[in-house]
Amino acid sequence: MVSPVHFIALSVILFVIGGVGVLIRRNAIIIFMCVELMLNAVNLAFVAFGRMHGNLDGQVIAFFVMVVAAAEVVVGLAILTAIFRSRRSASVDDANLLKY
Amino acid sequence: MTGSVAGAPSAAVMTTVSAIGVQRAAWLLLAFPVAGALILLLGGKRSNSWGHLVGVAMPVAAFVYGVIAFFAMLSYPASQRSRDLQLYSWVPVAGFKVNIGLLLDPLSICFVLLITGVGSLIHIFAVGYMANDPERRRFFGYMNLFVAAMLLLVLADNYLALYAGWEGVGLASYLLIGFWQYKPAAATAAKKAFIANRVGDAGLSLAIMLMFAQFGTVNFTGVFGAVPGASHGVVTALGLLLLLGACGKSAQLPLQSWLLDAMEGPTPVSALIHAATMVTAGVYLIVRSNPIFNLTPDARLAVAIVGAVTLLFGAIIACAKDDIKKSLAGSTMSQIGYMFLAAGLGPAGYVFAIAQLLAHGFFKAGLFLTAGSVKHEMKDEVDMRRFGGIGAVMPLTFGAFICCYLAIIGVPPFSAFFTKDPIIDQAFGKGGTSGALLGTAALIGAGLTTFYMTRMLLMTFTGDRRWDEGQHPHEAPPVMTGPAILLAIGALGAGAFLMLDSRLIDFLAPVTGRPPSSPGLYTPAGIGALALLVAAVILAWFMYGRREVPVTAPPGSPVTVAARKELYGNAFNESLLMRPGQWLTRLSVYFDNRGIDGLVNTLAATMGGTSGRVRRVENGFVRSYALLMFLGAALLVGALLLVRV
Repeated sequence: MVSPVHFIALSVILFVIGGVGVLIRRNAIIIFMCVELMLNAVNLAFVAFGRMHGNLDGQVIAFFVMVVAAAEVVVGLAILTAIFRSRRSASVDDANLLKY
Repeated sequence: MTGSVAGAPSAAVMTTVSAIGVQRAAWLLLAFPVAGALILLLGGKRSNSWGHLVGVAMPVAAFVYGVIAFFAMLSYPASQRSRDLQLYSWVPVAGFKVNIGLLLDPLSICFVLLITGVGSLIHIFAVGYMANDPERRRFFGYMNLFVAAMLLLVLADNYLALYAGWEGVGLASYLLIGFWQYKPAAATAAKKAFIANRVGDAGLSLAIMLMFAQFGTVNFTGVFGAVPGASHGVVTALGLLLLLGACGKSAQLPLQSWLLDAMEGPTPVSALIHAATMVTAGVYLIVRSNPIFNLTPDARLAVAIVGAVTLLFGAIIACAKDDIKKSLAGSTMSQIGYMFLAAGLGPAGYVFAIAQLLAHGFFKAGLFLTAGSVKHEMKDEVDMRRFGGIGAVMPLTFGAFICCYLAIIGVPPFSAFFTKDPIIDQAFGKGGTSGALLGTAALIGAGLTTFYMTRMLLMTFTGDRRWDEGQHPHEAPPVMTGPAILLAIGALGAGAFLMLDSRLIDFLAPVTGRPPSSPGLYTPAGIGALALLVAAVILAWFMYGRREVPVTAPPGSPVTVAARKELYGNAFNESLLMRPGQWLTRLSVYFDNRGIDGLVNTLAATMGGTSGRVRRVENGFVRSYALLMFLGAALLVGALLLVRV
C-alpha cells in the first residue's frame, strides 16, 4: 500500500485548514463546516492507521466519529437557529455576553 | 528543738494528728457562712426583709462553734493541739494530690476567733449602718462570702487551699469596695484594689509552683518537712515570693496604693476587711510559713525592712489626711507594718506579730465603727475639718473612741503597750545596724501614731463645732453603739489578757517558736516610747486643741503636701507602670491595625487587583475562547511528547 505518511500528511493539512477556519471565520455555519472538516481529517487518519495495522479498528472508530458528528450538527444548528431568531444575526461576534 | 537555751529564741515543734471529738465538725466553720452567702445571694428580693438576720446569724453561729473548738483544744496537752480534718479530695492526680483539709492549731484558732468574733460584731453594726440601703441583703451576702473565704484561708492545711481562700477574699473585697457600683470612684477603687492584689497573687502562685516543683507537695507538713533539705537559693526565693504575695494582700510597700482608695466602700467593709481581717492575711501567711523564713535570714530582713518602711509611710500619710477614714487606713497600713517588722525578726517576733494583730483587730475595728457612726450621723461627711465638738452629742461613741485611742497609742496598761513595745524591744534586740535602724523606725512610728490619733480625736470630737448647715447629729442607735462599745472593752483589755503570764506566748510557741525571755515591762526602749507618746500628745494638742482648726485645709509644708498626696505613691505607680503600660497597649493596637491588618489587607488587595486584570481574558468572543482552547491542547500534546521522548 502507499506509505501511510502521505495519508497522515493530508489529514494534518485538512485538520489545520479546518482549525484555522474555526478561528478566523465569523459566520457560525461556516464554523460548523470547518469543524466537520476537522472531524473528517481525523477520520482519514484513523482509517489510514487501521490499514497500517491490518485490522478494522480504525474504520470502526471512524463510524463512531461520524455518528457523533451528525448528532452534534443537529444540536448545533438548533442552537444557531434559536439565536438567529432572537438576534437576526448569524455572526459569532455578536453573541458575546458571556464575559466579565 | 524541744528545749530552749534560756533567753535564746527557739523554733517550733508540732506534729499534726487527726481531729477527734467536737473538732471533727470543724467544717461547720465554713458551712455556716457559705450557706448564708448562698441563701442571701440566690434568695433575691424575696429575702430582703429577713436577709440581714441570716447574714448576722451565720458568723455568730461560726463564732459559737469556734469557741467550742477552742475550749476543746485547750483540753488537749500542748503538744497535741494541732489537729487535721480532711474534707475531700480536690486534686486526685497521680503525681499531685491536694485535699481540702482543715488544720485546727493554736495559730488558726486565734484567727478563727478573731474573724468570727469581731466579724459578728461588725455584722451587727452593719444592720444599723446599712438600714437605709435597699441593697442590704446583697451586702450581707457578700460579707458572708468574705467570712467564708477568710476562714478557708486561715484553716487550710495546704497552700493551694489557702490560695483558694486568698483569691476568695480578694473577690469579696472587690465586690464590697465597689458595692455602690454606680459611683465611679467606688468602681475604680474596687478595680485598683483587685489589680494591686493580683500582682501580689502572682508572687504567691509562683511560690506555690516553686514548692511543687522542688518538693512535689504543697501540704504544710510536706513543705515544712522538705524545706531544711532544700538549697539556700530555693528557700530564699520562696521567702521573697511569699513576701510579695503578703505585700499585695496587706497593702505594704510597694503594693500599698489600693488601701486608701478602698475606703470608698461602706464603713463596715473598711472595718472588717481593711482593718481587722483581710489585710492581716499577709501576716498570717508569713507566720504560718515560719519554717521557711527561719531558714533564710535574707528574706526575713526583707520582710522587716518592708514592715519598717511601710509603718513610717502609713504613719506620715495618716498625719496629714483630713478624711477620717483615709487617716484610719493609713494607720492600718502602719500598724500592719509593725506586724511585718515583728514577723521579720524570726522566732523572736512571730508571737508579738500575732499579738499585735489580735489587739489591732479589736481597736482598729472599734475605731472604724465609731468613725462610721460619726459619718452616719453627719450625713456621710468624712472631712474632719467639718467635724468638731461631736463628743458632746455622741457620748457613747466618744467613749468607745477614747478607749480604742488609748489602746492604739500604747498607754499602759492598755493594749498596744503590751503588744507594740515588745516589737520595738525585739527590733533593737536584733543587734547591729539593722537592729538599731529598725528599732528607731518603730519608735518614731509609735510617736507618729500617737500624733495622728490625737489629731483625729481633737479634730473630730472636741473643740468648736465646724459643722455644715443642716447637720444635726445625735447618738447612734444601740445596734451601732453596742458593737463599738464591746470592741472598745476588748481593745482595752486585749493586750494585757494576751501578754500577761505569757499566755499567748505559751499558747502559740509550739507553732511559731518562743521569743527570748522578756526582760520585764519597762525597758529603755519602752521608756523612750512612753516619753515620745507624751511629747506627741502635747504637740498634737498645741496644733489642734489650742488653736482653731481651719475649715479649709491650709497650704502646709512640702511634707504635708506630699502626705496629702499619699507620699506620691499613686504618682509613682502612674509614671512607672500605668503610662508605660498605656504606651505599650497603644503601640500594640497601632501595630495590629497598621501592621498585621495592613499585611492581610494588602494580600487581599493584591489578589483582587490581579483578578481584576486577569478576568479581562473573558471577553465574550467565541473565537478567542476557541484560540485559547487550541493553545491549551497544543501545550498538552507538547508536554506528552516531551515526557515520552
